[in-house]
Amino acid sequence: MFTRRTLIGAAAALSLTAMSSGAMAQDNMYVALISKGFQHQFWQAVKAGADKAAEELGVRVTFEGPDNETQVDKQMDMLAAALANKPDAIGFAALDSQAAIPLLRQADEAGIPIIAFDSGVDSDIPLATAATDNVAAAALAADKMAELLGGEGQVAVVAHDQTSRTGIDRRDGFVNQMEEAHPGVEIVTIEYGGGDHLKSTEITKAILTAHPELDGIFGTNEGSAIGVVNGVRESGTEGVVIVGYDSGKAQKDAIREGLMAGAITQNPVGIGYETVKAAVAAAKGEEVTGDIDTGFFWYDADNIDDPEIAAVLYD
Amino acid sequence: MSDAPAAKPATGPEPAQAPVKRRGTAQQKLLAFASLIVLVIGFSLASPNFFQVSNIMAILQATSVNGVLAVGVTLIIITGGIDLSIGTLMTFCAVITGVVLTWAGAPLILGVLTAVATGGLVGLLSGTFVAKMKIPPFIATLGMMLVLKGMSLIVTGTRPIYFNDTPGFTQISQGSLVGEVIPAFPLPNGVLILFLVAAATAWILSRTVLGRYTFALGSNEEAVRLSGVNTDAWKMAIYALAGAICGIAGLLIASRLNSAQPALGLGYELEAIAAVVIGGTSLAGGRGTVLGTLIGALIMAVLTNGLRVLSVAPEWQTVVTGAIIILAVYGDQLRRGRAST
Repeated sequence: MFTRRTLIGAAAALSLTAMSSGAMAQDNMYVALISKGFQHQFWQAVKAGADKAAEELGVRVTFEGPDNETQVDKQMDMLAAALANKPDAIGFAALDSQAAIPLLRQADEAGIPIIAFDSGVDSDIPLATAATDNVAAAALAADKMAELLGGEGQVAVVAHDQTSRTGIDRRDGFVNQMEEAHPGVEIVTIEYGGGDHLKSTEITKAILTAHPELDGIFGTNEGSAIGVVNGVRESGTEGVVIVGYDSGKAQKDAIREGLMAGAITQNPVGIGYETVKAAVAAAKGEEVTGDIDTGFFWYDADNIDDPEIAAVLYD
Repeated sequence: MSDAPAAKPATGPEPAQAPVKRRGTAQQKLLAFASLIVLVIGFSLASPNFFQVSNIMAILQATSVNGVLAVGVTLIIITGGIDLSIGTLMTFCAVITGVVLTWAGAPLILGVLTAVATGGLVGLLSGTFVAKMKIPPFIATLGMMLVLKGMSLIVTGTRPIYFNDTPGFTQISQGSLVGEVIPAFPLPNGVLILFLVAAATAWILSRTVLGRYTFALGSNEEAVRLSGVNTDAWKMAIYALAGAICGIAGLLIASRLNSAQPALGLGYELEAIAAVVIGGTSLAGGRGTVLGTLIGALIMAVLTNGLRVLSVAPEWQTVVTGAIIILAVYGDQLRRGRAST
């Protein structure tokens, strides 16, 4: 009984077979990276770094992540599918470390080495973690903000979330450094916009209404920082010092135009590169341990075009 | 692709809203099942890593939560309604279970009952909005979706609740009773629960008064009302039952992740609805089967997993999944000769 429906299914399956043929290269070492996302420019930069390492080391790398950072169970399904392919090593950026432990154990039992990246995993299964020291990076943002405000004023934080490691570390790194090193600067409010441009914009406008005396705002990731810029622009407020985090075209433009004072950039290309490098070393049986600090930089209108900075910024 | 559609369109002008087309739905299930088999065979040929016990178990595990949600929403869709709140209701039930088990330290069984009861009560509330307050289901459950998302975040203070203090909680989804009997076939308990929920729901639909009214409401609600049936009460009962099933999904996902993740849930309703539609249930109401939905959910999980195993880029995975949904429903429409919807 060949109906259209079955034929459609068969056609789909066949086209998949065709699409996959390129991925079936034999004998190369294979490293599967399971990330927290793939759509943000940040993750694309991580992927670019991973691809670069893959090319240099002659290995095959796949890169996958869920649509957004709440989809913990989808990430588990991705990890399970990656395990089915029997990779030589896995790079994993956990959305929730505890939830991932059964599958990580399964990988461990199968003898597949795991390198954590972007944020750590609360488990001793990953051999190493390639990540930005977010606390130190956010502390640098606090120092720069205090410097720009002349050591006193009111500051608000628009954070991307309060559950993930990066969200917590950046918020606390900024807040604690402010309290310890810059007592003249008061943090009047901390709000969470989920890293969503639009939500962060609305939050910023609400903050500006509630605190007309506000001197500065810190946006803790790309989406939050752009939201802050848009919110300040839409409300027509002037003289608010904006400090951002990560890069992306909108944020770079805002810095060039002087709307944003400056931002912290991680080194996403370095994260991807170091993860694959460590994964390959581990798969070859070399010893890989501890934290791999992939670094961070402050950039503003003055140094945005320096070769060293331009290399770690992305559009 | 030169085959003529199986059902001739020229049977008559308007096939007067027949209650249930038994033969049609049976055929639909067969076709959906055939598509599933074709997909499995296609992926197995494409990658030696696809058809292996561990990967098949991973696919089934991935089906369990979406499958249970889809079975629940099948009931509502058959009445001609829709429930957009199922994803965040699932999360809310998981959160309440976390409150009862981790914060209050209650025994496991109480947590399980709470999840189901919470789902049932919230479902009843949605049903009241729809049946008594006459708010269109799309709007009522859209509102509910947002209310529940917010409530989950409020209750937890936006932090996940972990179940480390409840021994055996992860076994609900991750353990394997079947595997203890047949070690070669470690079917996760979550999948077993999905099958049980599906079987029970199928029984309710085909063998009980509630089931008959579910179809009747979807076919011609006015006629049912005029014949003296309290349609509002039945509709509320159906929403409550679907809500209770979402509670079970909440248990499954919490057990799978060993935590109640308060931010999760948005978007899960659409995946469940997609599974229902692929399984041949009409969004216009009055027609649908649980078995079809189950197959629909399996098709989606097989597709997602298979594309991943083949290392298809994630951007393309979404494109392919979307295209398959459209093709599946179009194929169904052709076969049916655009009889309804």
